[in-house]
Amino acid sequence: MLKIKQLAVAVGKKEILHDINMTIGTGETHVLFGPNGSGKTTLLAALMGFPKYRIVRGSITFQGKDITGLSLDERARLGIGMSFQRPPVVRGVKMSDMVAACLKGRGDAKTIAKLAKQTDMEDFLDREINYGFSGGEIKRSEMMQLLAQKPKLALLDEPESGVDLENIVLIGELINELLEKHCPIPDRKCMGLIITHTGHILDYVNARTGYVMCDGRISCQGDPHEILQTIKESGYGSCVNCLSRRHLNV
Amino acid sequence: MSEIKSSESYRKKAKAAAAKPAAFGEDIDLSTYLTSAEEQPYQPDPEQLPAQAREHMLEAGVVLDDTSQRSGTYIQMDNTPVHSSIRGDGVEVIPISQALKKYDWLSDYWWQAVAVDTDKYTANVELNRGDGYFIRALAGHKTVFPVQACLYLAKARLAQNVHNIVIAEEGSELDIITGCTTASREDPGLHMGVSEFYIKRGAKVTFTMIHSWNPAVAVRPRTGIIVEEDGLFLSNYVLMKPIYSLQMYPSARCVGKNATVRYNSILVAGKGSSLDVGSRVFLEAKGAKTEIISRAITTGGDIIARGFIDGGAPEVKGHLECRGLILNSGGMIHAIPELKGNLAGIDLSHEAAVGKIAEEEVEYLMARGLTRTEATATIVRGFLRVDIQGLPPMLGAEIDRTVEASEKEVM
Repeated sequence: MLKIKQLAVAVGKKEILHDINMTIGTGETHVLFGPNGSGKTTLLAALMGFPKYRIVRGSITFQGKDITGLSLDERARLGIGMSFQRPPVVRGVKMSDMVAACLKGRGDAKTIAKLAKQTDMEDFLDREINYGFSGGEIKRSEMMQLLAQKPKLALLDEPESGVDLENIVLIGELINELLEKHCPIPDRKCMGLIITHTGHILDYVNARTGYVMCDGRISCQGDPHEILQTIKESGYGSCVNCLSRRHLNV
Repeated sequence: MSEIKSSESYRKKAKAAAAKPAAFGEDIDLSTYLTSAEEQPYQPDPEQLPAQAREHMLEAGVVLDDTSQRSGTYIQMDNTPVHSSIRGDGVEVIPISQALKKYDWLSDYWWQAVAVDTDKYTANVELNRGDGYFIRALAGHKTVFPVQACLYLAKARLAQNVHNIVIAEEGSELDIITGCTTASREDPGLHMGVSEFYIKRGAKVTFTMIHSWNPAVAVRPRTGIIVEEDGLFLSNYVLMKPIYSLQMYPSARCVGKNATVRYNSILVAGKGSSLDVGSRVFLEAKGAKTEIISRAITTGGDIIARGFIDGGAPEVKGHLECRGLILNSGGMIHAIPELKGNLAGIDLSHEAAVGKIAEEEVEYLMARGLTRTEATATIVRGFLRVDIQGLPPMLGAEIDRTVEASEKEVM
């Protein structure tokens, strides 16, 4: 289980996230909607433990352990993994090396080849990570790394952005594989938190709970499809208004 | 090497240049070094060389315990050749002193790719001849295994003088590993090595040089390469061990149509090391091509990484890439890429980047579960990995082994 309690996160001196509360049960997939700049990526980065994102209040509990003070790599080794929306290029480091590092000895060249086939990355194993990759290739590369990493909590930052229709089907399948959607609900162990701006990913991946983030706050929580329908009909503006009303207690 | 034939004019020019400083690099005071060393005994079986020497040579890529994977071997200690041998036909590996006696025509190659009066170091090599290797691949012959050569500095404070000539006759293929190292890990010394390469029509030479000196040794290689039509010269240089001062700027001339030269350099400068290293190519014939790639890391030392491409013929193509990584403050990397052209239709380009490891990249790897140290090491290892086009797998493995063996020191 992941439990986020009254979390506030600052970048530099500016507080970006305020009073975030969220609970993801084991095996559950949750979706976070929100307009650009609302703080969605900041939340994922803070959960992953990037030093730039400073937790100023509140706590994060993962699998019963308070991880608020743990470093980025400690959290990764505990089982938190993230797919990046815009990962950096790492010159000289090959995809195969990175996947081997993600596997941490849990697989060999055959495992890597299998993952490459699954993610349609067979021609990329000798390529430098993200160097000259297209949008779809970046997403598949991220999914390949996460599948190798086998996290217990997968944080997916806009997995559908910049991906063409052909690739989005595959990305959806890979996310379902990662989140163990093929297993009966009680048997699923991997939790997922997916950021989406457009909601397209919900055509391919089922989620249990949805949230809307506006101005660094969670404005509402509920059925993800209902939330998406509201956003489609009324836009994020209605969420902002709703949040403003609640803050003003009107 | 008193019997060798060389014209008096070379000696005259050398005498005139005996005090001429090099165009680049610290001026080394030659008077502080010894000019002669005791002759070393010839050793027909290189496995019988002292264990410590063999161990040091191995660090420089020279394998003596089992030479079955080598087409030939040449070992020079100080200024004396102590071993030369070949396995099979089609290639010659002998001391240059013997070669000059054996072949009258060799004087036609003597000081043709490097000018004797380039500076005081070339002049000194001519004036204090200390031997060197002569490696020749016969026309049409393709060596299966590389030829290896070791230039070993045994005597403290010695100025080692070396003059090598490599000839790849028409249509031949030759791979060479040269390892340079010292007996002592602390005694000062000076290595001055002239190497002249002649790549004939359609020939291909891969030359891999691994330097493993010590923090008190100064090194002044002087290398010239002449590549004829459809010839290929591929140079790989690896320096990952400490050195006091290194300055070299090998110069290749592509004189035949479609001649190709590629340089790859991996340089690491620790505290106290000063490197001024570059590669220079003159594209003098139609369709000639070059690629110069260097990777430089400072962990506290200074590196000047030069590169120069002169596109002086139609349809030539050249690319120069220099990347520098600063791992410790206190070190310096100065990249100086230069391109020159005066014809329409030539294609010359360069890219240079110097900086520290991007924190964003380290964190990206840490998000996959690597510790900061592991992430940094992975990035450094990747940085040093130069995928060398056309490199025989065996030489690639040799370079990887050298890089891996030195990684811990770098980190």
